Amino acid sequence: MRRRSLWADMDWLSVLLYALLVSVGWISIYAADFDGLRTGMFDLSTSHGKQILWVTVALVLAILIVIIDNKFYTTFAYLIYGLVMVMLVMIFFIGSEVKGNKSWFVLGGFSIQPSEFAKFATALAVAKYLSSQGANMKYWSTRFIVGAIILLPMMLILYQGDAGSALVFLSFVLVLYREGLSSWVLVGGGLFVALSLLSLAIDEKLYLVVGIVLATAVIIYLLRKHIRIAMLVGAIAVSSIGYIYAVSYFFGKLKPHQKDRIEVVLGKLEDKKGAGYNLDQSKIAIGSGGFSGKGFLNGTQTKGNFVPEQTTDFIFCTVGEEHGFIGTMIVLGLFMALLARIVYISERQRSKFTRLYGYGVASILFFHIIINIGMTIGLVPVIGIPLPFLSYGGSSILSFTILLFILLKLDSDRLAVLR
Amino acid sequence: MDIFKNRRFIILGIFASFFVVFALHLFYIQIIDDSYEALANQNVIRNVTVYPNRGLIYDRNGMLIVENDATYEIFVIPKQVKDIDTALFCQLLAIEPQYFIDQMTKAKNYSRYVPSSFLKNLSVEQYASFQEHLYMFPGFYGDIRLVRKYPQHSAAHVLGYTGEISQKKLDAQSYYKSGDYIGISGLEATYEPFLRGHKGSKLILVDKFNREQGSFKDGIYDTAAISGHNLTVTLDIELQVYAEQLMQNKRGCVVAIEPSTGEILVMVSAPSYDPNLLTGRQRGNNYVMLQKDTLKPLFNRAISGGSYPPGSTFKSIMALMGLQEGTLQPYDVYPCFGGFRLGSHTVGCHDHAQLTDLSSAIQHSCNAYFCYVFKNIIDQSKFATSDEALAKWDSYLYSFGLGNKLGVDIPGENSGHVPTPKYYNNIYQKGHWKSSTIISLAIGQGELGITPLQMANMTCAIANRGYYFTPHFVKFIENDTTNFVKHYSGKNKTKVEQRYFDEVVEGLYQTVQAGTGRIAQIEGYEVCGKTGTVENPHGKDHSAFITFAPKVNPRIVVLAFVENSGFGATYAAPIASLVMEKYLNDTIAANRLFLEKRMIETDLIHPKVISSNEAP
Ligand SMILES: [Zn+2]
Repeated sequence: MRRRSLWADMDWLSVLLYALLVSVGWISIYAADFDGLRTGMFDLSTSHGKQILWVTVALVLAILIVIIDNKFYTTFAYLIYGLVMVMLVMIFFIGSEVKGNKSWFVLGGFSIQPSEFAKFATALAVAKYLSSQGANMKYWSTRFIVGAIILLPMMLILYQGDAGSALVFLSFVLVLYREGLSSWVLVGGGLFVALSLLSLAIDEKLYLVVGIVLATAVIIYLLRKHIRIAMLVGAIAVSSIGYIYAVSYFFGKLKPHQKDRIEVVLGKLEDKKGAGYNLDQSKIAIGSGGFSGKGFLNGTQTKGNFVPEQTTDFIFCTVGEEHGFIGTMIVLGLFMALLARIVYISERQRSKFTRLYGYGVASILFFHIIINIGMTIGLVPVIGIPLPFLSYGGSSILSFTILLFILLKLDSDRLAVLR
Repeated sequence: MDIFKNRRFIILGIFASFFVVFALHLFYIQIIDDSYEALANQNVIRNVTVYPNRGLIYDRNGMLIVENDATYEIFVIPKQVKDIDTALFCQLLAIEPQYFIDQMTKAKNYSRYVPSSFLKNLSVEQYASFQEHLYMFPGFYGDIRLVRKYPQHSAAHVLGYTGEISQKKLDAQSYYKSGDYIGISGLEATYEPFLRGHKGSKLILVDKFNREQGSFKDGIYDTAAISGHNLTVTLDIELQVYAEQLMQNKRGCVVAIEPSTGEILVMVSAPSYDPNLLTGRQRGNNYVMLQKDTLKPLFNRAISGGSYPPGSTFKSIMALMGLQEGTLQPYDVYPCFGGFRLGSHTVGCHDHAQLTDLSSAIQHSCNAYFCYVFKNIIDQSKFATSDEALAKWDSYLYSFGLGNKLGVDIPGENSGHVPTPKYYNNIYQKGHWKSSTIISLAIGQGELGITPLQMANMTCAIANRGYYFTPHFVKFIENDTTNFVKHYSGKNKTKVEQRYFDEVVEGLYQTVQAGTGRIAQIEGYEVCGKTGTVENPHGKDHSAFITFAPKVNPRIVVLAFVENSGFGATYAAPIASLVMEKYLNDTIAANRLFLEKRMIETDLIHPKVISSNEAP
């Protein structure tokens, strides 16, 4: 067995991309936080000061992850998953409420959000299960078990009131797809999203229903030679109509502010000071950045506190306002490069476990990036989830660092072992 | 073995397609669409108008008569108002909840994004307590505004007032914005272009709570306000205050002019009002109150009251015309048997001593004498028609500043009325009127209309022996490159030569020495004067007195006009002469203090007081 230096087979390109993203994040936090008074880099009363501390902790953690034998992750995948699930349950009893979500443990001056750690734990568990002997996506039993592994944390987190973090677990669909889940699920998922948006966007459901019925009639007529497929299309049409009414029924049950947020994105509500405020202001901040931005520390919207949560969920605004289109393209480019690199890394594994985990990492990161940036530029409803590596916050930076570095550790051993 | 390996391309494709869509969207909102930049500026940049100091006004002796007082104005940007404690808000500003609702509705209807004025004229103290709570009221902010203050509480009609610009004026120009203050009447209106200065502007960065964060780009787009020009006026404010005091509880006016320059020393229109009533928060209410007052305190009788016939004071002009035309000689004597009769026309006269010459006719104000003078002018054989004769007669009056606006530098002047041939042709038809028809003009009655200012100015022309300067208030405008004041330095010559004046002036001197104006004598000065009584068909006659002194090189002309007060010597002459004495001597002689006291205490407006005062 080959025994090489711990670091020789590290994927340094990924580490570089990681370092760049964290740096961009810290600079943006510094700018968003800047008040002209507390300019010290290590001032712990500021967000940028605390972020340095968190990044330092994250780096120590990253080194630990690399030092630990990689058997640890495969061996204890279920245990880690189990522990995090226990934490998610315990939170109902001893958790603290922050911003309306009872999903935090407060320790000393710092608060930790277990749902952040549920992401890598679930990625480990899914990888462990699907790489185990006898698991295959073509069996219903496998589908059922892997579904349960994903849905358990999702439901627990949803029940805490943190819908944004719960939705992240939907991203595992991509992992399952890679492992053989039917393409119909992706198509169905797309149809599901499209129908959901349409049924919320169009007030008169009857038009939608009539449209579906007519389209289905035409398709069935064309497919009249293929009775089975025609019947399938008919069944899909019927369930679509049912789904439309179900969506509008549940939409009616939503709390007013939740409804408003959805309606703003759909363009049905144009109250610039109401629900659309966050969205509108962040779009203004980014849009006003122009090609090269207003310059470091010169963002007027961020200085005026017009954008809420500007160090956490809306950190991308600071990039867009102060560094313009160049800045946003650099950030998008870094993320795309990292995602592509992770897919590349995943595919070069001989270990199925590592490959599965790698896709889990890519999917989770992708979902976060799309939802967060999409929200700041007004393409997605306001869902409060952080932008990986850039957003301020200990739980966020630690969990994404753990997520990525476990993969890099597993990858660095790809030549040494075969599992 | 891994049959799904190619799915990695589909997954990468999904990743990439989202990134491409995002990049395109960012390209659109950051580079193509400019509206976000405008919205961002609207968010954070508040364009604040910097109002200049309005020019101060001083009197001829350098006494400050108009200054500026700091108040605050509250503005609202309806879009930014959110979740405020209305009860606390109303309490801090001392306003009714209904006012809050009304103003918010008004502001929203105007614009949700542009600031509207919410409340004006907040005192410095009131604003201070509000400002402490300003952070609780996003969408509101305060700004300093200067309002006028009149420390002497005097000369309201001359100084005029300022107020918000009217919609009509607003539409006609571009400098002023809605809610700006502008001079509406008096000197404030005439000298608006000098007094207003030039507004500046500054861009201030604000946060979402409207708290100021400093100036935008270190103020490179800011422009400083330029203060207005200070104005020195010809008024003698102490004398003005004194004249107002003498005129209290009376209707009428006092005008004093320096004849050698045309500078107006005093212009009182009674009843008057404290000019401070038309500044500040109660301005609107006070204005309505003054407007409803049946005594018309807002009305400047001195320049706008054009319907008074001049009465006997006009006889001097008649004499001068006769002398110039050669139809009258200083030694001419005409019979008076208690009046003048010509055909069916009769003009009565009062008892007086035997006349010896023109001077004595003026001294005793004989009506018959001046009817002859008038008749002889009009009936000259050189005139083919009455039209021609009257046109000539009119031209003399015009040269004395009658019948047309004098051009005094405050708005609202009436031109008075000098009847033209056309005027009588309309009444009697052409060729059907002659000197006897219009004989009442001879003694300043009939169809003549003359403003008190014109009467005072006419007296200046007599005092100067043949010329006058357009009466005016402006004395000096600070830093005025156009030299506006020179408009008032030109002599206006009368059509009567200087050599004819001495006889008339002598008559006016004798009037005070031994005639109807004896009460106007001032120790140590040769005072000239003429009483006048203006018939008033609606009630008690108006009394008038014109006077100037000294006889040679006169320093002051005073006109007093007291409505419904009877004979000229009773009130008009004492008031005019007291004003004159105060000006010439700075003090009132001890033996005339009783007169001063009586004039101040006389009340001709409130009936009860009149009866108690006039009871024997
Ligand atoms: Zn007589």
